[in-house]
Amino acid sequence: MIAEKGDVIISVKDLKKYYNGEAIKALDGITTDIKKGEVVVVIGPSGSGKSTFLRSLNLLERPTSGTITFNGTDITSKETDINKLRQKMGMVFQHFNLFPHLTIMKNMTLGPIKLRGMSKVEAEKRAKLLLGRVGLQDRADAYPSQLSGGQKQRIAIVRALAMEPDVMLFDEPTSALDPEMVGEVLEVMKQLAKSGMTMVCVTHEMGFAREVGTRVIFMDCGKIIEENTPEQIFTNPQNERLVSFLKKVL
Amino acid sequence: MISILSNVYAGVIALAGEAAEQSSSGWFGDLWNKLRDDFINNFIAKDRYQYLLKGLGVTFEVTFFAALLGILLGIIVALIRSSHDKLADELRPGFFKVLLAVFNALSNLYLTVVRGTPVVVQLMIAYFIIFATSNNKVLVAILAFGINSGAYVAEIIRSGIMSIDIGQFEAGRSLGFGYIRTMIYIIIPQAIKNVLPALANEFIVLIKETSVSGYVGLQDLTKGGDIIRSRTYSAFMPLIAVAAIYLVIVIFFSKLVTLLERRLRNSDR
Ligand SMILES: Nc1ncnc2c1ncn2[C@@H]1O[C@H](COP(=O)(O)OP(=O)(O)OP(=O)(O)O)[C@@H](O)[C@H]1O
Ligand SMILES: [Mg+2]
Repeated sequence: MIAEKGDVIISVKDLKKYYNGEAIKALDGITTDIKKGEVVVVIGPSGSGKSTFLRSLNLLERPTSGTITFNGTDITSKETDINKLRQKMGMVFQHFNLFPHLTIMKNMTLGPIKLRGMSKVEAEKRAKLLLGRVGLQDRADAYPSQLSGGQKQRIAIVRALAMEPDVMLFDEPTSALDPEMVGEVLEVMKQLAKSGMTMVCVTHEMGFAREVGTRVIFMDCGKIIEENTPEQIFTNPQNERLVSFLKKVL
Repeated sequence: MISILSNVYAGVIALAGEAAEQSSSGWFGDLWNKLRDDFINNFIAKDRYQYLLKGLGVTFEVTFFAALLGILLGIIVALIRSSHDKLADELRPGFFKVLLAVFNALSNLYLTVVRGTPVVVQLMIAYFIIFATSNNKVLVAILAFGINSGAYVAEIIRSGIMSIDIGQFEAGRSLGFGYIRTMIYIIIPQAIKNVLPALANEFIVLIKETSVSGYVGLQDLTKGGDIIRSRTYSAFMPLIAVAAIYLVIVIFFSKLVTLLERRLRNSDR
């Protein structure tokens, strides 16, 4: 089944994640659908559960209850092979998490070769194309420690893309970067959005949310407080918590 | 090689002896003559140096294979222990989870017992009790020292695994690698690299620890020196020689570790 633009590819129902029994409700009943081609931007104050939500989508966090359906498969079910599904969900972390013992090329081809059974030649050919897309074709043989933060994050993005995922998850991809490097990473994300990639981004970059996002989700205390088009969220916020949050960040 | 060495010895002794004799007798000459006689009596006569040489061979053999066994055991135990910690809430209840818990308990028992008792006692238990029917002293020593070393290696490697940022693990998993493959391709290579100097030091410690092999009658370097002592009734020469040989070996390997550390540090930049 190949999803078409507008089809639901991730469906989240009443997702809850508690820590310490019920003492900490990181997620307190999240329900939302993510459709193909959408760029969903998740915003909210610190500790509101944004990361927990994003990381639940590929089960890096195991939800306490609720269901997540990805391409029609309930990923929280015991029968599901989560490793198979994660191949189709790229993830980009705040701290890049490149593999420091491997060259950029090896970082990018490890997954395709070992998990998708691609030949080395084919994997490297594709990796070079991807590196070209982010302007780093000449750094294939470098080690991560030899790159700047912005370059590392661009590599992390194409490493995830090398698996040809259906959806890309970003957890504050620019928060660990020096200000002058934020632009180059956002630019790559913008290009990616334009190419039709389905994206879920936790970010504090309101400019990006406004310009690239197709939908903004505002979270607080583990709940979705408001979700709407960027236009509506930024010019016509309803909930007073969103209003005060925007006042602080804009 | 050996005969060249002993020729050189003899040559040096003859030269120095001449010099001593020329400077008339006196206390220096007396001392020199005594040392020379001692040396010849302990090492050259009846080819007694062979005890040291063969002993050194045994010491190396036992150390090398015990180290291999130790690393193998260490990696396995380290993997079991850190998997038990990491997989605790990911694994669903079932056969595999129970199996892992059992192996984890066994690993903990192994670490407690091995690190809580002297290696020489373990060696004697291995030789006189567990493998009482075996005559292969070298093999028993390799097993005993290997099992002993494995406990220390396990903790070194586990600390290496724990020193790797959790983000590395998550990056591997998020690409779609399972737990084991994430360990193999991403975590273990970095962990080993981080603890390579500590592992090399464990190897150096092991060389010295095998010196108790004589307790089960294995003729390693130390025992070789001791045999010479019992034949010649002079303790000085053989024991000092044994000490000097250990010292040279340890200094040599320590230098290697220093070089290794520098190399690793440079490759991190
Ligand atoms: N392993 C954990 N144990 C206990 N509490 C946790 C754990 N992980 C997260 N939490 C709590 O869950 C809540 C949500 O955390 P989360 O990291 O999702 O917030 P966030 O919106 O991403 O915040 P930030 O903007 O600071 O990244 C917080 O109150 C946090 O303290
Ligand atoms: Mg967060």
